[in-house]
Amino acid sequence: MNSVRALLFRDMRLATRAGGSAMLALAFFAAVAALVPLGVGADLKLLGRIAGGMLWVAAILAALLSLDRIFQADYEDGSLDLIALSPLSLEASAAAKIAAHWLTTGLPLTLLSPVLGLLFNLPEQGYVALIASLALGTPAASAIGAIGAGLTLAVRRGGVILPLIVLPLLAPAVIFGAGAVLSALDGLANGALWLVAAFSLAAVLLAPFAAAAAVRLNLAS
Amino acid sequence: MSELTALSTNALACTRGQKLVFRDLGFAISAGNALAVEGPNGAGKTSLLRLIAGFLAPAAGTIRLRTKSGEIEDGEERGKFIGWLGHSDGVKPQLSVFENLKFFAELYGAQSPIDPALEEVGLARLRDLPGQYLSAGQKKRLALARLKLSNRPLWLMDEPLASLDASGKKLAANLVTAHCASGGIVIAATHEPLGIECEKLALGAA
Amino acid sequence: MIFEFANPKRFMTLSGALLPWFAGAAIILLGVGLYLGLFVAPPDYQQGDTVRIMFIHVPAAWVAMMAYGLMALASLFSLVWRHPLADVAAKTAAPLGALFTTLALITGSLWGKPMWGTYWQWDGRLTSFLILLFLYLGYIALWNAIEDELRAGRAAAILALVGVVNLPIIKFSVDWWTTLHQGESIFRPDGPTISAVFIWPLFLMAFGYTALFMTLWMIRIRTEILERRARTLMLGH
Repeated sequence: MNSVRALLFRDMRLATRAGGSAMLALAFFAAVAALVPLGVGADLKLLGRIAGGMLWVAAILAALLSLDRIFQADYEDGSLDLIALSPLSLEASAAAKIAAHWLTTGLPLTLLSPVLGLLFNLPEQGYVALIASLALGTPAASAIGAIGAGLTLAVRRGGVILPLIVLPLLAPAVIFGAGAVLSALDGLANGALWLVAAFSLAAVLLAPFAAAAAVRLNLAS
Repeated sequence: MSELTALSTNALACTRGQKLVFRDLGFAISAGNALAVEGPNGAGKTSLLRLIAGFLAPAAGTIRLRTKSGEIEDGEERGKFIGWLGHSDGVKPQLSVFENLKFFAELYGAQSPIDPALEEVGLARLRDLPGQYLSAGQKKRLALARLKLSNRPLWLMDEPLASLDASGKKLAANLVTAHCASGGIVIAATHEPLGIECEKLALGAA
Repeated sequence: MIFEFANPKRFMTLSGALLPWFAGAAIILLGVGLYLGLFVAPPDYQQGDTVRIMFIHVPAAWVAMMAYGLMALASLFSLVWRHPLADVAAKTAAPLGALFTTLALITGSLWGKPMWGTYWQWDGRLTSFLILLFLYLGYIALWNAIEDELRAGRAAAILALVGVVNLPIIKFSVDWWTTLHQGESIFRPDGPTISAVFIWPLFLMAFGYTALFMTLWMIRIRTEILERRARTLMLGH
């Protein structure tokens, strides 16, 4: 649909232009990843073991960074009203925005992750699982994060309570995703990647409805 | 555009937060006419527009949109007939004038080309300027071009003349007149007179 | 029938009548349950006397989960049937749920100390309840963050429903996680075998806790209704 594409491309354009959120997420991801060894020490064996978990946590936090603006920017300048009145349903608009967020945040994070894996001395067997789990799992962060963003739209310091709302809901993604990396390191075939994919799929399919409901609620003001 | 025949409200009441803004509001306007909604701040002009747009649900009463094929009472369905000119300009600072307009044209499935639309509101030579450099008046002109391009029969305008200079106000008035002439309806909340023939509705402390 | 109670005035009268009964039931049930659990039930052959913490911990955990379920149910009523009382019910259930969750966490931790040697062990139960606590805190934070009461209620309702759908998934993922990180033996404090002599005190405590929750809940709903009335009067309507 032309309308969906228009919204998708516009959001992507806004995220990648100067002052957009794409670079911010990558920089934050790298910064957090660099901070961890400073905190836990340079024991390469230890770093290699915790790489999956730490990179997953850093990626989720980086993805969360720009989530509070996903609706708020349009809400503040009146664009959200116009989008709501367009031929697109709010659900479709939410889905387009979630997709745009993932393409400009989750996907770049996934692509950067193997480089950061090197910094952590991630053992060879872990890389495919790291990239695959992030690729499959970061959509859940964008989707569930969008619900939180919709709910905190009109809140003054919405960005502060957004992580509190969203992070517990993302626990399964972190568990399955980081678990996939650890399982690969230990040679366990436990279907962790399938679990990540299933969780993300469910999140991506259902979140637009909840996010749209939240946006609808906040448009009434 | 010729689909729409009339808009009417009956015993309409509006609450914001827990406060009653207005009640028992009834009016009707038919295709080809403009309605200026006047009243002091806080009287509920913007709320009325948001009620008609379907963003707000009425506390009481109904809003009915009559088309050639039937009547529509549902707020979200009504929204598909509405061209909105809100309080805020909706212009993205990072996108150029052209990109801003093109986005909404594509979003609304508009058929008309962008450049002539920019020409009409006098923004043609600012085509590639990023939105952040526009003055308030220029942003308003962009919003007017967007409104026209959206090709919707019912125009809801919140302070359409704000920020506009004399020629801008004339432009707005001409657009409204042309829209009504082709069978559309315009409802504008405004502090100043639109400068055209229109019906009036006064809200606020009686 | 439920819709009859939706009228705040009716609720006040009804709850006013029920309150002493619930409170009395709570006192009796908890009293008898505690007596049986702390003094009558024999020490466990494995855990000794420390097993008695189970009587405080397990029912607290049940109520902590039940509270979220009630909160979600009230949220559903709020969104679908638009009852103002449903909003209040959900809002007031949350801090109580958080309280019982914290109680479950603390008693679970105390119970584990003699067994694990540490105050915290990332076992499945405690971890799940920790996440549940955060879900409660997020919900409460959302209520406090939105100024318009009506909108806050709707937003919180959406969050509660999203949370309740996610809860089983969270539980499943945490259980999966514990199987992944083997090594230390995961001692499950509520053990697979609970002999009959433990069951009576356990159920009495469970009912007692429930009665206590209902009592506190009703009190909070009544307080909230009165507060809202006072506010309306002050604003001069």
